[in-house]
Amino acid sequence: MAKYSMHLLVCGGTGCRSAHSAKITENFKNELDASNLSETIQVIETGCFGFCEKGPIVKIMPDNTFYTQVKPEDIKEIVAEHLIKGRKVTRLLYIDPEKKEKIEDSKHMGFYRKQLRIALRNCGFIDPENIDEYIAREGYEALGRCLAEMTPQDVINIVKESGLRGRGGGGFPTGLKWEFASKYQADQKYVVCNADEGDPGAFMDRSILEGDPHSVIEAMAICGYAIGATKGLVYIRAEYPLAIKRLQIAIKQAREYGLLGKNILGSNFEFDIELRYGAGAFVCGEETALIHSMEGLRGEPTVKPPFPAESGYWGKPTNVNNVETFANIPVIILKGGKWFRSIGTEKSPGTKVFALAGKINNVGLIEVPMGITLREVIFEIGGGIKDGKKFKAVQTGGPSGGCLTEKHLDTPIEFDTLIAAGSMMGSGGMIVMDEDDCMVAVAKFYLEFTVEESCGKCAPCRIGNKRLHETLEKICKGNGTREDIELLQNMSRVIKDTALCGLGQTSPNPVLSTIDNFWDEYIEHVDQKKCRAGVCKDLMQYVIRAENCVGCTACARVCPVGAISGERKSVHKIDPAICIKCGACIEKCKFDAIFIQ
Amino acid sequence: MAESRVALKRSEVEQLKAVCREFNNDPGELINVLHKAQGIFGYLPAEVQEVVAQELNIPVAKVYGVVTFYSFFTMIPRGQYPISLCTGTACYVRGADKVLDEFKRLLKLDVGETSADGKFSLNCLRCVGACGLAPVVLVGEKTYGRVSPDQVREILKEYGYEV
Ligand SMILES: Cc1cc2nc3c(=O)[nH]c(=O)nc-3n(C[C@H](O)[C@H](O)[C@H](O)COP(=O)(O)O)c2cc1C
Ligand code: FES
Repeated sequence: MAKYSMHLLVCGGTGCRSAHSAKITENFKNELDASNLSETIQVIETGCFGFCEKGPIVKIMPDNTFYTQVKPEDIKEIVAEHLIKGRKVTRLLYIDPEKKEKIEDSKHMGFYRKQLRIALRNCGFIDPENIDEYIAREGYEALGRCLAEMTPQDVINIVKESGLRGRGGGGFPTGLKWEFASKYQADQKYVVCNADEGDPGAFMDRSILEGDPHSVIEAMAICGYAIGATKGLVYIRAEYPLAIKRLQIAIKQAREYGLLGKNILGSNFEFDIELRYGAGAFVCGEETALIHSMEGLRGEPTVKPPFPAESGYWGKPTNVNNVETFANIPVIILKGGKWFRSIGTEKSPGTKVFALAGKINNVGLIEVPMGITLREVIFEIGGGIKDGKKFKAVQTGGPSGGCLTEKHLDTPIEFDTLIAAGSMMGSGGMIVMDEDDCMVAVAKFYLEFTVEESCGKCAPCRIGNKRLHETLEKICKGNGTREDIELLQNMSRVIKDTALCGLGQTSPNPVLSTIDNFWDEYIEHVDQKKCRAGVCKDLMQYVIRAENCVGCTACARVCPVGAISGERKSVHKIDPAICIKCGACIEKCKFDAIFIQ
Repeated sequence: MAESRVALKRSEVEQLKAVCREFNNDPGELINVLHKAQGIFGYLPAEVQEVVAQELNIPVAKVYGVVTFYSFFTMIPRGQYPISLCTGTACYVRGADKVLDEFKRLLKLDVGETSADGKFSLNCLRCVGACGLAPVVLVGEKTYGRVSPDQVREILKEYGYEV
């Protein structure tokens, strides 16, 4: 990067791209050309910066200026003012929500202060479509070191020593998994990267592949060397076209540089990678289902054992790891297992990437050391709850996880503590909910997801989840009883105990955890037929506020079912038995006389 | 499967056969073949599935089983402007269900349906990974972020929707 005096980093992640960041890059290039600056200033389209809430982001190096919510029209001004005259465009700087001060330098933003980036080390710094930039940041050095100085067992030992646990949700120790796969003898073994990322609300794997695809390619090759595999496969969702494109470019470049293919870096190690596409089925994130899907079959899971390490893709030993797990590997090889262990907690070393979403101020992608508390994540990094509302719950672990509440805010986040609290790490999605979210409806939402995504192979999952969903629906409609809550609990336990794969074994978690943590809300729904968040439509009533009603008859005239009666100039009344809760009357009333109870 | 048969264009069938050859007529590549087939025809009617089954030398039932298993594959033609709403969790808690209701109401379509004139189709997706922009709506390739129910009419108007 030496010949340039300045770099303009423009976020080219999916989020910022949907807000026209590609146009921003283009405008920069044109403006620089017009001012004869393209020789000295370089424009780089990077991967995600993480701060999606305020995208599109433009960062200017070396001074670390962090411009937020940049529009293509702003580029002329940035070039004329900042790049030519050296004056920052202050209106585009990030404003600290608490101190109300403009922050010039991203290092001082609350969002970044507590973060530690290992898996995301290159995201937002390099051009993911240029292998030289990855190499300039120690890229492929780890692979080189493995091939030149280490035996496969040495590699496995370092990974074991690091204590790295799978980031795809299960938290299984990666080093052990590699060791199993290395022990089985076969004429062909496979390394599979699980990039199915089915948990809605999580987008870390996508961001890593979009922002730093080579880190995953390098790690897969290292894994291939360690377990004795020559073929790698990335199973990636078809919903991620940009990640697919960048991965394809990266694989091509790696082949051209002799980093994939035969005789890698002059050794006799051979390894190559192919892509396989998902087709929209959540269960395909489960490793046995994923393998069947790669074989061109319906993505139905099978009973383990045999584990894929013994019999996986086409019956051969197969090692499946998640994208983020892989992204950690090159750094662990270079800095050592001890170094990695020094970060995070004893039982969960290292960092974890979380996707913050929902009712939180700073939606985005963060990487933090394990052991950090939910409070730090939500209130310090995440900037608290949107619109000054009250925090109610945070959902972790996606459809397999649960809802944590106020009382869990100071729990350190690691694999085991989250499970003990009735949720799980999952892939790292964190959906924040506020007082306007009804927890019964949230449980119902997740069950709707599971019912749709259940592959149907085993009865507990196929039928049981449907019954759970029906029962929740009944409660939301105001027809539930206390027995129904008990039924939910019993049925949940049975499904968990008897379902075939991880999908069914965890799908009742959202139900159980909301019942545990929000018992009062369930009771209100069944006893008083009340939804305090005002979400369950059938439990709401439209009422006329007598003090405000002037008797203009507007509501009675607009009501499509004739539920409103009353004389002109006298207070009107809504008959709840007829009302269909369409809301037309509220919209029409000019006197704020109708409200929802 | 569908009652009325569709006539496939000869050139498109040839194209499909070429795709199968590209994948060495390997049944293990079925999903990749179907992705390409949907790219050619826009959807996967029974007739397309029959060609694929023939070429890869597997039962049509197996192809049908795979097509119906994965939500990405469709046997109904999508509209000229396919509308997809993200109903992932982040979008849900930011009100995607209300946006969906508005689309349903204005288009008089249910999820998975295509309008009679073939112009619009309505579908749901699970997380496109732009959760920062929730709720997210896609029309074709174009992404709309932070959509509220009262913007729905405006979005539809861009594509020639009239009340
Ligand atoms: C229903 C279900 C869905 C899953 N989805 C994913 C996923 O989207 N991505 C992923 O990496 N792992 C997913 N997993 C976990 C995988 O089965 C597997 O454990 C993981 O890919 C192993 O990689 P790791 O050890 O690096 O985490 C899922 C598991 C289940 C039961
Ligand atoms: S949940 Fe809608 S984009 Fe992620």
